Amino acid sequence: MISALLALTIFVAQDTTAGKAVYVKWCAGCHGDAGAGDGEAARYMLPHPRDFTGAIYQIRSTASGELPTDADLLRAVDQGLPGTAMPGWKTRLSDRERRDVVAYLKTFSTFFADTSVHPKGLDFGRPPGGGSGAEALRVGRQFYDSIGCRKCHGDLGRGDGPSAPTLKDDALRPIFAADLTQNWRFNGGGAVEDIYHRLRTGLDGTPMPSFSDLVEQKFLTEEQLWRVAQYVRSLSPSEAPSVRDVIHAPQITESLPRSPGDSAWTRVDAYWFPLVGQVIRKSRWFAPAVSGVSVQAVHTRDSLALRVVWDDRSQSPDSSWLTHIGRVFAALAGDDSASAPPAPGLWPDQLAVQFPLTIPQGMERPYFLMGNATAPVYQWRWSSQGGAVAGVARGLDRFDPAAGGGTVGAQAVYDHGQWRVVLARALATADTAHELQVRTGRAIPVAFFAWDGSNGEHGTRMAVSTWYFLALDEPTPASVFISPVIAMALTLALGMLVVWRAQRPK
Amino acid sequence: MNRRLFSVIGGALLLAVCTPRDDSTARAAAADTVTVEDVQAGATISGKVRFTGTAPRNPSIDMSEEAACKAKYKAPPTEENVVAGAANALANVFVYVKSGVPAGQKFTAPTAAVVLDQDGCRYHPHVLGIMVGQPLEILNTDPVLHNIKAVAKANRPFNVSQPSAGMKTNRTFAAPEVMVNLECNVHGWMKAYLGVRPDPFYAVTGPDGSFSIKGLPPGTYTIEAWHERFGTQTATVTVAGAAPKTQDFTFAAH
Repeated sequence: MISALLALTIFVAQDTTAGKAVYVKWCAGCHGDAGAGDGEAARYMLPHPRDFTGAIYQIRSTASGELPTDADLLRAVDQGLPGTAMPGWKTRLSDRERRDVVAYLKTFSTFFADTSVHPKGLDFGRPPGGGSGAEALRVGRQFYDSIGCRKCHGDLGRGDGPSAPTLKDDALRPIFAADLTQNWRFNGGGAVEDIYHRLRTGLDGTPMPSFSDLVEQKFLTEEQLWRVAQYVRSLSPSEAPSVRDVIHAPQITESLPRSPGDSAWTRVDAYWFPLVGQVIRKSRWFAPAVSGVSVQAVHTRDSLALRVVWDDRSQSPDSSWLTHIGRVFAALAGDDSASAPPAPGLWPDQLAVQFPLTIPQGMERPYFLMGNATAPVYQWRWSSQGGAVAGVARGLDRFDPAAGGGTVGAQAVYDHGQWRVVLARALATADTAHELQVRTGRAIPVAFFAWDGSNGEHGTRMAVSTWYFLALDEPTPASVFISPVIAMALTLALGMLVVWRAQRPK
Repeated sequence: MNRRLFSVIGGALLLAVCTPRDDSTARAAAADTVTVEDVQAGATISGKVRFTGTAPRNPSIDMSEEAACKAKYKAPPTEENVVAGAANALANVFVYVKSGVPAGQKFTAPTAAVVLDQDGCRYHPHVLGIMVGQPLEILNTDPVLHNIKAVAKANRPFNVSQPSAGMKTNRTFAAPEVMVNLECNVHGWMKAYLGVRPDPFYAVTGPDGSFSIKGLPPGTYTIEAWHERFGTQTATVTVAGAAPKTQDFTFAAH
């Protein structure tokens, strides 16, 4: 009996010992040695890594406030949480290792101590029939309104609702209501089933509540809640945007569309580019609010227009976000003195479009982070407070506006959590020393920078992209079609001449 | 020889295991579960809570985003961080017996629910007490969306939504905890504090700063007064028989 007890203890101890080895190697850097979400890397992330000691888990199949099932924990380890710093470990850990580490991280909280209790997942049922056509989406939108989603997520789902500036998580850190138009960044996955599960379970630790009670209290039916999930899914594209390297700007014959709402833009292909935080030069920025820009371009014979669109929960400057900015500065490690994070300020939203000062001959491009003294860059800088200015940047610290602000013009619209800005300029300008001369038929390097003022972003605290390319397509000349025809006709004529001469009687 | 050794060891073991318990443990084992009726018979500790200095101003609440709530107020509503009565009386102080109740004594929680109402986009009451296992009924009197999020360490948290007037949600709490924080995320100014206790020996001061804890058996108790902004204070009170005792608390405003 005693030897059996001893064997059992050793067996159980071996499980968590193996799990601890996996945890220390792969997890502790973010989640901390004691599982409290305070690893070395934690202060460079928003949201922070999970604190396991409270046993509060965001993505589960169980009711609000309940513990997760083992399957929930394994799923988080395998797939990670998109939109956060938690990666998927399926390809990195063996089956044995992932089970061991889940067993180990349950030891961080006494809530898991009663091993006879097994958390039970909710019965989610199955999606209703009838597809997700117009009628289903109409019902979904109706209940999206009546259960109050717009209060945080906004009328068009971009996370710009009236309560959005006040949101915080259990640890009083700032948190964003999800931008429902970017389902590839949903923490629990972007499929309709995933969204429905979140509506039923809520996201513990965050302001997102569970709506299961509403079904029990007959405020709505399960089918209607499924329709809400289908409606939310419909706000995002059918596939996550893929990144292409070259923006093609077709030549158009009509006048240049200088307004973001011009119908000409609906016929132009859009290109998506992801943005990440500027983490190279102090003051660094580890959690930018703008996750990407969508770019369209067209040109006429003598002018170029670029339409840049990005989601931004706030039209800055906006004083209702000042408390949020203070929370961001307190939660995120910064390069300021540790005892005095910067004071929140009323900063504008900004966009910068960057090109080299001259089109390079080969592949060498200036330093992507705003160039340097020997290889400067040409930028169009747009601000929500003051329009666009063109100029030359020589590194992060030096920007010289061109005379008179340059010749770039801007028109901007802010609509329900989204900026749409059109920047337009003549291809060739008089100031050749300080402005890029744009040419058709060449791959012109281009990069983007964005600042969300109401997230505390200003100066070097920004979101950046790497170099991509912009190519102004030249229209196909008529000779491309005519010369083969002429060549064929000539060949035919020559061939017939040869045959005729050969067949001539001697 | 072996047989004698075995009987000596066996006898010693039997003696160790089967020694009758001393009197106090026997009595406590018999009086394990206390009903509410027993509690009525005990003594009362009462007092007043005040503060010295000037109370900080409660910030006003901008309810422009929720017209239905804003309409319920004539004067702009303020947060309830410090609610002061006449002569610096302090309201919303949770006074409870922190220790001194005999170990092993169990109390049956009442089946009647404690009601928390959301009216005018504020919680009523702002500070409340409840027993472990007693139902908390959360009621929405506003025709707007509220979510009720409980942030707790010793208890499991929850976050549920009530989009319309008349909705009710019931929850119970399994462990003592001072305090479980309740908040609404749609209306960031809404806060309530829930003290969960294993016994009925707690009270919340009213606008006149007074509290009264009834039914205490004789003994020495540590009483704690908790205020959301001014912190906590403790005092030791000894109770004998049915004679009432007075214990006042004075906080320093900051």
